[in-house]
Amino acid sequence: MDGGQDMAARPGAGSTGLIRTRTRRSVGEQAVKALLAGAALLSVLTTTGIVVTLINESSGFFRQVSVSDFFLNTNWAPLAGGESQSFGVVPLIWSTLYLTAIALVVAIPLGLGVGIYLAEYASPRVRKTFKPIIEVLAGIPTIVFGYFALTFFTPLLKDQLGIDVQIFNGLSAGIILGILVLPTIASVSEDAMSAVPQSLREGAFGLGAAKWQVVVRVVVPAALSGIVAALVLGASRAIGETVVILVAAGNNPNLTLDPTVAHQNMAAFIANVARSDASAGSVAYVTIFAVGATLFVMTFLLNLVAIRFVRKYRQVYE
Amino acid sequence: MAVAESAITRKVVERASGGQRTRDLLFRLSLLLCLFIAVLFLGVLLVDVVIDGAGFLSPHFVTSYPSRLTPDTSGVRSALLGTLYLMVLCGLFIVPVGVAAAVYLEEYADPTRWYNRLVEVNIQNLASVPSVVYGILGLAFIVRGPVDVWGLGEGQPTLLAGALTLGLLVLPVVIIVSREAIRAVPPSIREGSLALGATKWQTLWKQVLPGSIAGIATGVILALSRAIGETAPLILVGAGAFQLFDPKVDGPFSAMPIQIFNNVTESKPIFQELAAAAILVLLILLLLMNSAAIYLRNRYETKW
Amino acid sequence: MKLQRFVAALAGCSALAFGVAACGDNNTDSGSSSASTNAADNQNLSGTIRIDGSSTVQPIAEAAAELFNGEAPNVKITVGGAGTGDGFKRFCRGETTISDASRAIEPDELAACKKASIEPVQVQVGIDGLSVVANKDLAIPNDCITTAQLKKLLAPKSKVANYKELGEGFPDQKVSFFTPGTESGTYDYFTEAVLETDAEQRTKDVQTSADDNQIITGIEGTTGALGYVGFSFADQQKDKLKILQVDGGDGCVAPAVETIADGTYKPLSRPLFMYPSTKTVAKPEVKGYVAYILDNNKEIVEAADYVPLTDELLTQAKADLDAAKPVETAAK
Repeated sequence: MDGGQDMAARPGAGSTGLIRTRTRRSVGEQAVKALLAGAALLSVLTTTGIVVTLINESSGFFRQVSVSDFFLNTNWAPLAGGESQSFGVVPLIWSTLYLTAIALVVAIPLGLGVGIYLAEYASPRVRKTFKPIIEVLAGIPTIVFGYFALTFFTPLLKDQLGIDVQIFNGLSAGIILGILVLPTIASVSEDAMSAVPQSLREGAFGLGAAKWQVVVRVVVPAALSGIVAALVLGASRAIGETVVILVAAGNNPNLTLDPTVAHQNMAAFIANVARSDASAGSVAYVTIFAVGATLFVMTFLLNLVAIRFVRKYRQVYE
Repeated sequence: MAVAESAITRKVVERASGGQRTRDLLFRLSLLLCLFIAVLFLGVLLVDVVIDGAGFLSPHFVTSYPSRLTPDTSGVRSALLGTLYLMVLCGLFIVPVGVAAAVYLEEYADPTRWYNRLVEVNIQNLASVPSVVYGILGLAFIVRGPVDVWGLGEGQPTLLAGALTLGLLVLPVVIIVSREAIRAVPPSIREGSLALGATKWQTLWKQVLPGSIAGIATGVILALSRAIGETAPLILVGAGAFQLFDPKVDGPFSAMPIQIFNNVTESKPIFQELAAAAILVLLILLLLMNSAAIYLRNRYETKW
Repeated sequence: MKLQRFVAALAGCSALAFGVAACGDNNTDSGSSSASTNAADNQNLSGTIRIDGSSTVQPIAEAAAELFNGEAPNVKITVGGAGTGDGFKRFCRGETTISDASRAIEPDELAACKKASIEPVQVQVGIDGLSVVANKDLAIPNDCITTAQLKKLLAPKSKVANYKELGEGFPDQKVSFFTPGTESGTYDYFTEAVLETDAEQRTKDVQTSADDNQIITGIEGTTGALGYVGFSFADQQKDKLKILQVDGGDGCVAPAVETIADGTYKPLSRPLFMYPSTKTVAKPEVKGYVAYILDNNKEIVEAADYVPLTDELLTQAKADLDAAKPVETAAK
């Protein structure tokens, strides 16, 4: 299939080799490129907008609360009155990461499991039936998940499984959050694995590999870029999820490894205060911008790491 | 795919390794278990909602306005129309912009340039920004600010502003998934096309994009599924919760998730049932939307 | 072209969905409304009214909108519930016509309004009560609790760990509290009225939530739980929990529409407001709407599950509306 063409023809590498230089077409091509770049630029504008808004409003916040107080203090009580008010964001960051971790512990194995099954083991008919079913799970409004966690799953944990959870707890919310994120991971990783050329599998079989070895050692690594994209999308969704946490996990973050108590993540905090009766000019209200800014920076760093990782381990076939 | 497995290689493998067969079986069973758990949760969730809400599902429910005074005749008409308009506008925004951005990043951008890498990290980061922040953004820039869409609304929250805010929220999903779909098209396809004298753009339009429709469709499905249920950004942008007239693109609007949220926080139990019924309507709408995209995905799927 | 067909098919499906939803009859049911003297005039009113703010007052605005719609079908009313604080923010930018509030406007909010040349007019439209509720198994003597005891339990530095510390007759049960959060107007009211401190409540052993339904679920499911919620919420769920009588110094009084309205259920009742601005209230449709709420106060407020204004308060409110005097100084 590959007619021995030179790598210079690979798109995206500033190729010049095979493109004929006809003036009229080149201009058209440049126009197209500019237009497409414009679309990509929109994301930059969005980020700029977010950053500008957050910085603008949080500067007001940081004039009243010192940066070190915000980041190093472990007492989080921004909405308390008078002396009890305290702005140490550490518990909130911790609870956010903790809830996300619980969710991912559920979502990654299950999501990848479903994705692998649908891509590699299921017949085309089964796949065409179940992939949409899993995607419906992604579309159920988050409020359903939230109330499910509170009114069905928490009692299940408490009464049926005997785990001593409080009525608002991180375990129930975290697990249900994982189920919420599962379809994203399943669907995107399934797409990635389906796109791996058949020749790779056949080659491995030809060498005598068992089916599971083909899947784990050949297909998954070949689809790694897509699988990591799936995981990152899933993690992103989990870290920023609002309603499930708001309804089922409680109103206070907790600096503890105990999942049976209440936890709160940064997104739920922001939503809670934004909807509240707090006066829009008060320090309590402006806290949401400081928290928003912190979350933004956190996810930015996490994503940088993920991208580095993919770039290092991604394998290009053919 | 399992189906394309050649029969001969299978026999060879089976004869050679009995122990591997057990491991194969175990592996397969554990994967099946994952699928089972996922479907089980979906089933329980749905049954839960259906039990509560099926009683109110009727054509009347879908065509009547909400009512506080007589909850049993309440309907979701204004909210449903609002959601429909929002989804259409949102889709019209995210599909071209998302695919264009994905094409640029995969096909034209030089990955060694710092600004292109910045855009990449940017997009991935935006996927994890909580929806509330998009609401704040939409309020500050689209409703009130410089992007006050074509002077409509004059600083008032409009349906178009809501659609754009939702679009910005889910755009990263479309871009990321579309990129993967485009990336999955083997270079040989591109090279072949170029060798035959096509320009880069022609190659894209006629070979690469059609080959990645399936993946793009997945991205759009996931994106719209997310958008249809989002409450927080719409609340912040100023959507109403209770409206007794049909929405217009440049006027006040309501949406299903907001009406659902509104009902759920009510004191009277009947409102919980109304909320459940509204959720069912939303799910049906979602199914219709998804089916369209899935049909397209199945039809245009390509196997390399 | 495959891509073009894809887009066309998508557009086609959405058009279909549109068509299906666009047909349908109007919900013309508006219930019986007591004849307002301006009924005939109301018919000719038109315009758009945007209402946002407190989610507590939201039901009143909604019930009123629905009834008013029957009389003045050309007035388009949208009601939102983004929260009192957010509501004022929007109002003070001119983005909403009327702001719902479960508390009086605060000085910094008033200042923001003044800066934008918007002058809010305060009109009380109803009364809300706070019910003190407990888990069904919590045996409070006589099902009555005094404000002093509440203060002891929930004061900011309170170290009470067991109900028996309150005195004779109280059960030997570890404490557990579920209350609205610090961002809620209900919380503010409780701390001011009962704890008599400035917006502070104990944090130990207390779980907070912004949603009254959630608080009720919490109390229902935890032995020894105690808390407070809006009166209408407790009233709706009275089979799930125990509603305590409150002794504000004059004996035990149970929360009820009558006792909240006449003030015997003290100190746990609070006013509910709507704030049009001097500019918006000059518009006939806006004044018509607010006047309608006052003229039909009992019907509307009860439909929303709150307590209607007493005759005294009603007269005062009508006078406030007619005078349309802007708020000069804010409370607190």
